[in-house]
Amino acid sequence: MDIIAQLFAGLSLGSVLLLAALGLSLTFGQMGVINMAHGEFMMAGAYTAFVVQGVVGDAGVSLLLALPLGFVVGGLLGLLLEATLIHRMYRRPLDTLLVTWGVALVLQQVARDVFGAPNVDVRAPAWLSGAVEIGGLALPRTRLFILALAAVCVVALALALRATPLGRRIRAVVQNRDLAEASGISSRATDRVTFFIGSGLAGIAGVALTLLGSIGPTLGTNYIVDAFLVVVAGGIGQIKGTVIAATALGLMQAFLEYSTTASVAKVLVFVAIVAFLQLRPQGLVSVRTRSLA
Amino acid sequence: MTVPTALLRPGRTRTLAAFGLATVLLLLAPAVLSPFRLDLLAKFLCLAMVAVGIGLAWGRGGLLTLGQGVYFGLGGYLMAMHLKLADAGPGGVPDFMLLYGTGQVPGWWEPLRSPVAAIGLILLVPAVVAGLLGWAVFTRRVRGAYFAILSQALAAAFAILLIGQQQTTGGTNGLNGFRAFFGYDLADPANKQMLYLIAAAVLLVMIAVVRGLTASRFGELLVAVRDQEDRVRFLGYDPALVKVVAYVVAAVMAAVGGALFVPVVGIISPADVGVVPSIGFLIGVAIGGRATLLGPVLGSIAVSWAQTSISEQFPSGWIYFQGALFILVVAFLPGGLASVTGLLPRRRSAPAHDDGGTGTEPGTGLAAEGNRA
Repeated sequence: MDIIAQLFAGLSLGSVLLLAALGLSLTFGQMGVINMAHGEFMMAGAYTAFVVQGVVGDAGVSLLLALPLGFVVGGLLGLLLEATLIHRMYRRPLDTLLVTWGVALVLQQVARDVFGAPNVDVRAPAWLSGAVEIGGLALPRTRLFILALAAVCVVALALALRATPLGRRIRAVVQNRDLAEASGISSRATDRVTFFIGSGLAGIAGVALTLLGSIGPTLGTNYIVDAFLVVVAGGIGQIKGTVIAATALGLMQAFLEYSTTASVAKVLVFVAIVAFLQLRPQGLVSVRTRSLA
Repeated sequence: MTVPTALLRPGRTRTLAAFGLATVLLLLAPAVLSPFRLDLLAKFLCLAMVAVGIGLAWGRGGLLTLGQGVYFGLGGYLMAMHLKLADAGPGGVPDFMLLYGTGQVPGWWEPLRSPVAAIGLILLVPAVVAGLLGWAVFTRRVRGAYFAILSQALAAAFAILLIGQQQTTGGTNGLNGFRAFFGYDLADPANKQMLYLIAAAVLLVMIAVVRGLTASRFGELLVAVRDQEDRVRFLGYDPALVKVVAYVVAAVMAAVGGALFVPVVGIISPADVGVVPSIGFLIGVAIGGRATLLGPVLGSIAVSWAQTSISEQFPSGWIYFQGALFILVVAFLPGGLASVTGLLPRRRSAPAHDDGGTGTEPGTGLAAEGNRA
């Protein structure tokens, strides 16, 4: 029974990581842009949920409103960032990392000045309180909701990439930017839309995080490092890799935490990832190209 | 791309003059500054040591290391552990262990009772950690952004580990309340002044070491690896080895900085070593001019000074200022202030990509680095 409980804890953690990393795998994977402000877009999504609840009042309605609104808020922030800074720097990925870190610092401080430094709480709706009993095991409804939400996001993104004209354009640009442009695809426009979607997913992740605890200005920094590790271990440009890596990392963290302590588990997970990259430097799932390394 | 040769061999006389000026200024400081300000300057010098290492690894080698806080912390904690044990006397137990721990000194603390072993470990442990991580990462050609993310994750994991092991590391509070430094009373202003002079001397030695390294064949290889790693490999060199050496040197410098930071400031805690301070080290280097010799030092000291003076007046102002610095300097002035003031000779360098040279500032051939998977 313990094993099943840990399994659930791991899957739950994995789904949170997946939500945080899904948008990154798009922006990092597609464009090679390391957006350190991704965590702050999550924070913006979380505060969107807080504000919506303050306006609407009813917890259930506000959650359902906050999910699309969080997507739009995160997406717009991403779009703004892309249009002002990132598009100048596509050829300097490492510098982009530092610039977006600066953006992250500013956004954190804005949140601190607007909402105050102490954490705030967003009430979970009544239909998510309590737990579902399955075979003597209590599974919190909020955790199940996040699992479902992550699944929905993955499926929606996969469908969008696979079956829509936009998705075809995105995949074309990922696989070969120059050839895509030569075929008449505007890679500028595609980049913008991709960044909007990726950042919007961060917003949704932020809304989901409000169900797990109180939220504060540094919410994003707690997840950003793990989310990047998921993308690195999963390999870029493929959703499949991100899903597997997030699940694996979540499970590993949960089981190691159970047999050691939370802090030792973190270190062991890091060592495991470095060791894993020895076997597959490109990550779990990689697009095979003939470029060097 | 053609490497600007002036970057590798700045005018010898000018470098010597700048170095001499720095020495004189550092020696004059105790006569001019109040003990409080001198203490601050000593702290800034310790932070500048980290910047010197980053200048080598990142500026010359293109290794964006976001985890120098780990090595700073390793050096700092090892020194702090030694000072705690020395304060406690032979066979004694540091005060915080009586509070949180079992009242027993754990076995892995014991070697640090000896001052010689402590100094040796301060140099050795970071070198081994950086060597292992660098070897594991670089030989498998994990590079660019991937390396940056891994080094950042290392910083996160290290800080979490320190907080989690409160009984032996002091947890969130860190280690503090040192009374003496190798037998010298830390409350005595004369000894504080001695610490400052040690820090200044060590920093100058580090600058000389980096100068020697960059002027050597190794330095040329390092820049070559930054700009065209594959070409270096085709020429028969091992780029991984070059990178590992640069990374280890940077790590040891950060550790020495951390080790001196502890007696100067009197505390080391996870807040000094985590993700945020680790990236914070970079901004001074970026402002000063990452690929120059003195740029990282001057930039780092200027940023530390700005942080102190801005935080004194507007507590939240510093974060906005730091954020704005990251955005403006890195996006619009990648060569740092050195490229404005003319410390760095303006050379027309070929763009790293055939994009007409947009965003390729002279002296920063960093465009070629990064993930192109």
